Amino acid sequence: MSETTNAPLDMAAEGLMVKAERVCKNFGHVEVLKGIDLEVRQGEVMCVVGPSGSGKSTFLRCINHLEKIDAGRLWVDGHLVGYRQRGDKLYELREREVSAQRRDIGMVFQRFNLFPHMTALQNVMEAPMLVKGEGKDAAKARAEQLLERVGLSDRMGNYPSQLSGGQQQRVAIARALAMQPKLMLFDEPTSALDPELVGEVLDVMRDLAREGMTMVVVTHEMGFAREVGDSLVFMDGGVVVEQGAPREVLANPQHARTQAFLSKVL
Amino acid sequence: MSVGETEPRTGTIKAVPVRHPGRWVAAVAVAVLAAMLVNNLITNEAYNWAEQLKYLFSPPVLEGVRNTIWLTVAAMAGGVALGIVLALMRLSANPLLRGAAWLYIWVFRGTPLLTQLLIWGNIGALFPTIGLGIPFGPEFVSAQASALYSAAAAAALGLIFNEAAYMAEIVRGGIQSVDAGQQEAASALGLTRAQTLRRIVLPQAMRVIAPPTGNEAISMLKNTSLVMAVPYFELTFAVQNIYSHTYQIIPMLVMACLWYLFLSSLMMIGQHYLERHYGKGYAR
Ligand SMILES: Nc1ncnc2c1ncn2[C@@H]1O[C@H](COP(=O)(O)OP(=O)(O)OP(=O)(O)O)[C@@H](O)[C@H]1O
Ligand SMILES: [Mg+2]
Repeated sequence: MSETTNAPLDMAAEGLMVKAERVCKNFGHVEVLKGIDLEVRQGEVMCVVGPSGSGKSTFLRCINHLEKIDAGRLWVDGHLVGYRQRGDKLYELREREVSAQRRDIGMVFQRFNLFPHMTALQNVMEAPMLVKGEGKDAAKARAEQLLERVGLSDRMGNYPSQLSGGQQQRVAIARALAMQPKLMLFDEPTSALDPELVGEVLDVMRDLAREGMTMVVVTHEMGFAREVGDSLVFMDGGVVVEQGAPREVLANPQHARTQAFLSKVL
Repeated sequence: MSVGETEPRTGTIKAVPVRHPGRWVAAVAVAVLAAMLVNNLITNEAYNWAEQLKYLFSPPVLEGVRNTIWLTVAAMAGGVALGIVLALMRLSANPLLRGAAWLYIWVFRGTPLLTQLLIWGNIGALFPTIGLGIPFGPEFVSAQASALYSAAAAAALGLIFNEAAYMAEIVRGGIQSVDAGQQEAASALGLTRAQTLRRIVLPQAMRVIAPPTGNEAISMLKNTSLVMAVPYFELTFAVQNIYSHTYQIIPMLVMACLWYLFLSSLMMIGQHYLERHYGKGYAR
C-alpha cells in the first residue's frame, strides 16, 4: 500500500492539532454547519461561544467523528478524520480505525455521561483496560493518580449517583485523561452544574490548560474564556462569524451579531 | 400568640389515632376463610396426604422434577441467548435483519406454545431428513430426522424458540432504556460497538431486563408441563402416569403443585439477589 497518501498534511510542522476546511454538516434538509474554517494550534485553548442551535456541539462531535461530515475536510494531528485518502478518492475508515482515532481525543459532555453501574475508579479504569489492553494494576494506579489530581481521592469507591454534579464532571475529565489524549473537547462542561459547583470544574480545566493540553471548549463562561482561552470563536447559524484573542473579541466585537450575542450574555 | 392550649408545643404529640374499621372487617373475613381452608385441608379425605407422602420422593416423581428443572434452565438460557441476538437484529441498521427478527417474533408470539410443541413433536413429518449441503443444491451428509431428534431435544427447542421471541422484546426494551449519552461517551473513549454493548449498555440494560426475565423464568417452570404434548417426561407427566393406575388423581396433582411451589419459591429468592446485583449504583 505504498500509494497510500494518508492526509499529506504536515500539521506537526505547522504546529497544528486541528484543521477544518469548509466543513459542512446537514441533518436531513437542515444545514447545521455551513463551511467551518478553523485551526487549533498545539497547546492552544480555543473557546467557542454562540447562541443555542448555532452548531457548536455538532462541530465538536465532528472532530471525533461522532458525526460524519458531509463536505469539506477535517484533520486531527495530521490525520483525516473518518476517512483515508488515496489519490483523489476518499475511503471510509472501518469501525476499528475510527475507534483508534478517537483514543487520542478526549471528550467531556454537558451531562457528564458517567457509567452509572461503575464506581468513579472503575469509570476511569475501563477504557485504558478495554481499548489499550492495559493491565488492571497499571490502570488502577493511574486512575487513582488522576482522581487525586482532580481532587477526588476520597471518592474513588463512590458510584456516580452518590456524587455531586461537580464531582461527577471531574470524574468525567479524569476518565477522558486516562486515555492520555492529545486533544480535549469540552461541550458546555459547566452548564448542568449548580452555580457554586462551576468553580471546581473550571479550576481543573485551568490546570489542564496550564500543563499545555490542547483544548476546544464550548462554554458560556466568558470569564474563563477571557482568562484561560488563547482564542475565542463566535459561531452563529453554522458559520464562524468572528474569532480572535478573547480579550479583544469580548471587549471590542466587530460584527453586529457578535455584539448582539455578547450584550445578552455579559 | 396564646391559643389557650395546656401542653407546650414542643412536647411529644399524643394524638388520638385515626380508626380503621375496614381493616377489622377484612381481617375477620380473611381469618374465617383461612380457618375454612385449613379445616378442609385436614378433614377432607380426598387429599390423601399419606398417598402424597408415599410418592413425594418416589423415583418417577424425582425424575420428572429433574427433567422439569433442566428444561427450565435450558429453555431460559437458550431463550435469553437467542433473545439477545433477535433484539440486536431488531435494533440493527440493516433492514433485512430487522425484518427477519420481526417476522420471527410475529410467528412465535402469535401462535400458542402448546400448538408449537405439538409441531415439534411431529417435526419429522415436516423435515423427514436433515442434511448439510448447499441450499437448493447437492447435500453432502444427510440423516433421518428421527435419528437426530430426541423427545428431549424437541421439548427443549420448542421452549427455547418460543421463549426467545418474548426475551427479544424484553432485551430490546432494556437496551433502549439506556441513555444515548452512554453510547456516545463510550464511543468517544474509543470503545468499539461490541465493547460498548458488552461493558456499558447490556450491564445497564440488565437492571430493566432482570425483573421481567425472572418472571419469564417462573412462567417457564410452569410451562414445562406443556411438553407432554411432544411428548416428553416431566413432573406433571410423571404424576399423570402414577394416577392413571392408582386413580388417586387429586392427591397426585396437589403433590405436583407443592413441588412447583417449592421450585418457584427458590427462583423468587434467586430473582431477588439478581435484581439487587444489577441495581448496583442506582440505590439512593
Ligand atoms: N441528531 C440531530 N438530528 C437532527 N438535528 C440535529 C441533531 N443534532 C443537532 N441538530 C440540530 O442542529 C442544530 C445545531 O445543534 P447543536 O447542538 O450543534 O447546537 P449548539 O450550538 O450546540 O446549541 P446549544 O447551545 O443549545 O447546545 C440545532 O438546530 C439542532 O436542532
Ligand atoms: Mg450544544
